[in-house]
Amino acid sequence: MNLHEYQAKQILREQGLNTPRGVVVEDPAHAELAATGYLGGESWVVKAQIHSGGRGKSGGVRRVDSLTALREAVAQLLGSQLVTVQNAPDGQPVHQILVEEPLEIAREMYLSLLLDRDHECITLIASAAGGMDIETLGHEQPDKILREQCNPILGLQAFQCRNVAFGLDLNGTLQADFTRMAQTLYRLFIDSDLNLLEINPLVLTRDNRLVALDCKMVLDDNALSRQARLADMRDETQVDGKEVTAQEVGLNYIALDGNIGCLVNGAGLAMATMDLIRLHGGLPANFLDVGGSATAQTVARAFSIILSDTKVKAVLVNIFGGIMRCDIIADGIISAMREVGVQLPVIVRLEGTNVALGKQKLLDSGLSVITAENLTDAAQRAVAAAALPHVASVHTGAPA
Amino acid sequence: MSILVDANTRVICQGFTGKQGSFHSEQALAYGTQMMGGVTPGKGGQRHLNLPVFNTVREAVRDTAATASVIYVPAGYAADSIMEAADAGIALVVCITEGIPVRDMLNVKAALRANGTRLVGPNCPGVITPGACKIGIMPGAIHLPGKVGIVSRSGTLTYEAVHQTTQLGLGQSTCVGIGGDPIKGMDFIDCLALFEQDSQTEAIILVGEIGGTREEEAAEYIRQHISKPVAAYIAGQSAPPGKRMGHAGAIIAAGAGTAQAKIRALREVGVEVAESPAEMGLAVQRAMLK
Repeated sequence: MNLHEYQAKQILREQGLNTPRGVVVEDPAHAELAATGYLGGESWVVKAQIHSGGRGKSGGVRRVDSLTALREAVAQLLGSQLVTVQNAPDGQPVHQILVEEPLEIAREMYLSLLLDRDHECITLIASAAGGMDIETLGHEQPDKILREQCNPILGLQAFQCRNVAFGLDLNGTLQADFTRMAQTLYRLFIDSDLNLLEINPLVLTRDNRLVALDCKMVLDDNALSRQARLADMRDETQVDGKEVTAQEVGLNYIALDGNIGCLVNGAGLAMATMDLIRLHGGLPANFLDVGGSATAQTVARAFSIILSDTKVKAVLVNIFGGIMRCDIIADGIISAMREVGVQLPVIVRLEGTNVALGKQKLLDSGLSVITAENLTDAAQRAVAAAALPHVASVHTGAPA
Repeated sequence: MSILVDANTRVICQGFTGKQGSFHSEQALAYGTQMMGGVTPGKGGQRHLNLPVFNTVREAVRDTAATASVIYVPAGYAADSIMEAADAGIALVVCITEGIPVRDMLNVKAALRANGTRLVGPNCPGVITPGACKIGIMPGAIHLPGKVGIVSRSGTLTYEAVHQTTQLGLGQSTCVGIGGDPIKGMDFIDCLALFEQDSQTEAIILVGEIGGTREEEAAEYIRQHISKPVAAYIAGQSAPPGKRMGHAGAIIAAGAGTAQAKIRALREVGVEVAESPAEMGLAVQRAMLK
């Protein structure tokens, strides 16, 4: 789960770390009030709050030098759909704007802590070249990136912070400031169950302060139950509506661009099914994992979500019945199709215990289900069905 | 022979009296696994499925001489259960539970490094040596004792590989589902090393997916240490970057961990990579004929 910049900065301030002074606003009048009151000064930075990077290049971050320009920028951004290189083509809606004081910047640096799966630890990454895309920098100038792997039991040690501070050319009191900041961030990372904490850029101001000019935090979804306060900061408007609906009913759904809906048990098999569709010339409309123990109810909900995507022209159901018997899964598919009123071609591939009985039930149901012989056959039939012109594409699924 | 488990493996279940623990222990017993009992704190002294229930793993090991444990306890308690099993001297811990917070697994891994206990999972289907011992949630009936060792990051894709090798009459020596989490116990390399030494295993199927670099590391290991034929399939060729595909580990980040990079690395060391998930069995058959 992602946090907004303004939420992440609030958390940093609570830990005594420096951020620019700022106010979150939801209308232009409030922005003006903040600018003339709490913030003061004569120019401000307007930052659209969305769960995506690349805001600067797409007009989501602007410096304004008059109240008129401030009002205009806020009015323009609020309620808009901001499209960046990272969230294209759909973009994400802007509901909040962070208005901040501008800073006198001496240098921009990069700092992050992240879950390092390859080394099974949390790794601190820093670079004297901030503000830019760290991934590009990593490819082009890997020697400019400083890394420190943290021992999971001991945590981030002072000597590691010094390694990085001197590497960033932060000397004297700044080195001590950096060490204090880095260790505070590490503690925060652990205590908040984060997977990523990124400060890009971390700036050194002309008056020699280290300030987080931007901040991104990503929480471990598996830990939300013990991070109630952070979990409450979730902004569902930033995620595809169908993905939110799916999550609420315990399904794992990700919208894609194609026209073949996929309903599969198991994440690996779901990815493999998408690959197989592509291999046979089609395009998957989604990733959907109904989980290991698919019931009639979960299958029905999955159908509703898939059908609420109007691009879908055919549905491929691929279930490897493990512990759950295929005849029971067939019952689930049949009742789901009746309940939801599926009008599109549905191709079903079942495998596992009692598969013959399961297939027979589907045949006897009188529903327009195409049962496939095997994986390849299923993908080919789904691709063929989706390619048919003028299929009666009546979508009766519940809206997301 | 086989790897990790065989007909003599003595197994206990943590989370024994819960719904999942009960159901899958019954299935394991029906398959012929030597289930010795289980652990549910507070229910020690009771009988469940006609087996003894213990309060602690330490007691269970003392009374049953169990060497393996399977964990079905909820995500919030699973890390503690893994540590408890390791502390009690269990040699093989199989953790089925999904959704364990990453921070907990970082701590578990750091603790296990000093201990010698083998962990399979979490978030995995388990381990099975067909006809001898089933530890986990996989359907026993699709397996056939045989010659192919299977190691996989995905549950249902493991079943596909099993089903295909059974249909071709090759059968399986042992199948290990290592799980889809970013921080986990045994990895591809650990299993490859065991399969290489195992006389029953004649060929290996490796089922990987997008995210991380473990498949690339496995490729390098295969080049250096594996003489047996290896086939592979990598799921997620059509997955878009930045989207987490179900498994916590399955995400393409910063251009790394793509299916294409993994497939290239594996092909370069002579692994027979199946284009389609429907052809894992055929791929291993081709690899064995090479």
